[in-house]
Amino acid sequence: MKILVLLKQVPDSTTNIKILPDGSDIDRTGVKMVLNPFAEFAIETAVQLREKRSDVEQITGIIAGSAKAAEALRTALAIGADDGIHLQDEAFESLDELQSAAVCAALVKDAGYDLIIRGKQEIDLDSGQVGPALAEALDIPHVGAITKLDVAEDGKSLTANRRIEGADEVVEVQLPALITIEKGLVEARYPSLPNLMKAKKKPVRAVTSADIPGFADLVGTVGGTKMHTLEPPPARPPGKVVDGEPAEAAKELVRLLREEAKVL
Amino acid sequence: MTNDILVFAEQRDDKIHPGALQAIAPARELAEKTGGAVVAVVIGEATDATASALDATGVSKIITISDPALKHYSTTRYRTALVSAIETLNPRIVLLAATFMGRDLAPRVAVRVKGALATDVTELHWKDGTLEVRRPIYNGKAFGLVQFPSDRVAIASVRANTFAAPSGGSGATRESLPFSAGAGDDRVTTKEIVRTGGAVKDVTEADIIVSGGRSLKSEENFENVIFPLAQALDAAVGASRAACDAGYQPHSRQVGLTGKTVTPKLYIACGISGAIQHLAGMRGSKVIVAINTDKEAPIVKVADYTVPHDLFQVVPALTEEVKKLHA
Repeated sequence: MKILVLLKQVPDSTTNIKILPDGSDIDRTGVKMVLNPFAEFAIETAVQLREKRSDVEQITGIIAGSAKAAEALRTALAIGADDGIHLQDEAFESLDELQSAAVCAALVKDAGYDLIIRGKQEIDLDSGQVGPALAEALDIPHVGAITKLDVAEDGKSLTANRRIEGADEVVEVQLPALITIEKGLVEARYPSLPNLMKAKKKPVRAVTSADIPGFADLVGTVGGTKMHTLEPPPARPPGKVVDGEPAEAAKELVRLLREEAKVL
Repeated sequence: MTNDILVFAEQRDDKIHPGALQAIAPARELAEKTGGAVVAVVIGEATDATASALDATGVSKIITISDPALKHYSTTRYRTALVSAIETLNPRIVLLAATFMGRDLAPRVAVRVKGALATDVTELHWKDGTLEVRRPIYNGKAFGLVQFPSDRVAIASVRANTFAAPSGGSGATRESLPFSAGAGDDRVTTKEIVRTGGAVKDVTEADIIVSGGRSLKSEENFENVIFPLAQALDAAVGASRAACDAGYQPHSRQVGLTGKTVTPKLYIACGISGAIQHLAGMRGSKVIVAINTDKEAPIVKVADYTVPHDLFQVVPALTEEVKKLHA
């Protein structure tokens, strides 16, 4: 079984997001970049499958981004990926999610991956599009946002629980397939120092747009949205403090929620 | 392309999802600008009740695709069905609700029809002959304005509780389309739907959420303090990451960056200080109440109302007051 894990580098979740005056991007000065937490779950899921099964031959991590993204790829290699693919080219930076999925599909479609794993969402742009879009581009099934996973012993199918409103859908799909990981399926291990050192020696293949067959045609046939301006969230009006003894305050709060906020 | 707007009227067991009704509001506004009609498509086994629920929302036409094979949601079959509706109607814009189903389905449909997609949008405008939307990014710490290319079908999923479901209008025409399974559709089987979380609502489907933090100190206190208020309000129970990590509540109830993002009309945070990771998951709520002894806590900065007292005193009193309302 060959497993491909889709990775992304994102600003650390505690980052104080500031928008540049021209609205073109966030201010990236001093922002700590990390492996997307959901991508950590994805790589951890792959590593746990290898620990449980004897037929996992290879775990490959793939990431797109500037030279700095290599650090996030290293984290994945330290957690347990065998090798990496780094898509690094300015031509990739203006692609939207559907175009990125199309490019990724062209790159991996003949590589024989049985299972492709991605996090449920990215904590920066949070669109969650790339996983399902890649599955469609490859014409393979996917199960999104899974919280339980059982790969059949013969490696031909998997059953996964997928969270929906107040329930779990139990879905069975044939491999090759793509899954996206919700929080709760696994806890990502912390890469040890020796493993971080070893990760530096693992092979990483660099890929540019020239390596993608029919690159220009691909990106011209799907997607093409442009996020052109970033804005801060609207400021909330200052809040009210509801004073008084607890019982009084509770009564007053209910009155305010009914008469002023009109939500009860 | 026609100037029509197609709305995917998500349903389960022939019960329409409120988010799908809400998505008709921006669809109607956009149709006035494009000069097209609003058409809803219902996909499922039984579709009558969902179609009837759409009658009084101002849509011009309701397309139903009914088939026993569509009883449960399956990504591939629903994709095939929705793609056939898009190919039949050839609309300018397709809207879905940004639900578990909508998020799962939209990317596959967008790839298949060679469209463009934006998810979880909070505003939609018709501008310079194309769609422009606003969507939260960095977990609501910023918003991005996204312009669609004018030469492809524009697909957007609409964030829950952003628009009010419209009313008015009747006499929508009906049309049914056959379902013909596509190659590979049977590679996905939904085996069963297992209810989770018992009698209380899930945080993603509730209008009101009562959330507790680590200061609840135990699962029992959640049961004795938070759940009664939630039941009185017909609300869902949420929890901070710290409370979930401590085992007081399952991670399925976690609200926050690595949990669920929620946008209810009322969010009551009990003993939650409001770490960035938590605020990221709930700051889009319409009205926020903080019950917290620390007036300087970050949650107070985003709260509309703060009760600066011990939650163990305030929450039971609040439960009694709410019960009086319904008595």
